[in-house]
Amino acid sequence: MAQAKRPLSPHLQVYKWGAHMAASIINRMTGVALAVGTILLTWWLVALASGHEYFNTVQGYAGSIIGRLVLFGLTYALMQHLAGGIRHLFMDAGKLYDLKANTTSARFTFVFAIIATAAIWFAAYKVMGAF
Amino acid sequence: MTDFNTPLSKVRGLGSAKDGTHHWWVQRVTAVANIPLILFVVISFVGNAGKGHADWVAWLKQPVVSVLMILFIMNVVYHMRLGLQVVIEDYVHSHGLKVASLLLITFACVLIAALSIFSVLRIAFGG
Repeated sequence: MAQAKRPLSPHLQVYKWGAHMAASIINRMTGVALAVGTILLTWWLVALASGHEYFNTVQGYAGSIIGRLVLFGLTYALMQHLAGGIRHLFMDAGKLYDLKANTTSARFTFVFAIIATAAIWFAAYKVMGAF
Repeated sequence: MTDFNTPLSKVRGLGSAKDGTHHWWVQRVTAVANIPLILFVVISFVGNAGKGHADWVAWLKQPVVSVLMILFIMNVVYHMRLGLQVVIEDYVHSHGLKVASLLLITFACVLIAALSIFSVLRIAFGG
C-alpha cells in the first residue's frame, strides 16, 4: 500500500533542548545509575559482615582512582535524583507548571546537585584529614 | 471529551492496567521516605569516611543505625523496583523480553534486599 506523504507529529529531535528536558531525562538516567549504586552498597555491606580481611579488599577498590570516580559519579547521581525527585513532588502537587517556574526549578536541580556533591566530597576529605 | 468508561469502571478506578494509581502512589510514598533516609546515610558515610572495619562495625551495631539502615534498604529497593519497571515498560517493546526483564529486576531487587538486610542483621546481632 502506498504511503501518503503527510506531516508526522513532532518527535523528540525537533525540539530545542531546554533545562526542563535535560532535568527530565537526567532524573531517569541517574535513577538507573543509582540502581547500580545499590548493588555496590550491597557488596559493601556483605563485605563489612564478612570480616575485616575482605572488607579491606573492597575498601581498597573503593579507594582506588576508579573507585573514587565511580563514587563521585554516584554522589552526583544521588544529589541530582534527590533534587529532581523533590521537583517532581512539587509538580505532582500541581506546582511549577508555568514555563518560567518550570525552567528555573529545572536549572536549580543541576546547581543544587553540583554544589551538594562538591560539599559532600569536601566534607569527606576534611573528615579523613586531607586538609 | 467523550467518556467511554462505564460507571462501574469509573467507580473501581483501576484503568486499563487493572492496577489503578497504586504503582504511582507507592513510588511517591517511597520517594518522600527516601529524603530523610538518604540524608542520614550520606551524613553517616561522610562522618565515617576513611575509618577501618572495627569502627564501621561499631557504627552499624548501634540499634538506631541498624534499624535505619534496614529501613533505608527496604525503601530504596522498593523505589528502585518501581522506577526500573517504568523504564522497562517504556523502552522494551517485545512482550517476551519485557516480561523476562520485569521478572529479572524483581528477583534482583529481592536478592539485593535480602543480602543487605542479612548483612546488617549479622553485624547487629553478631559477636
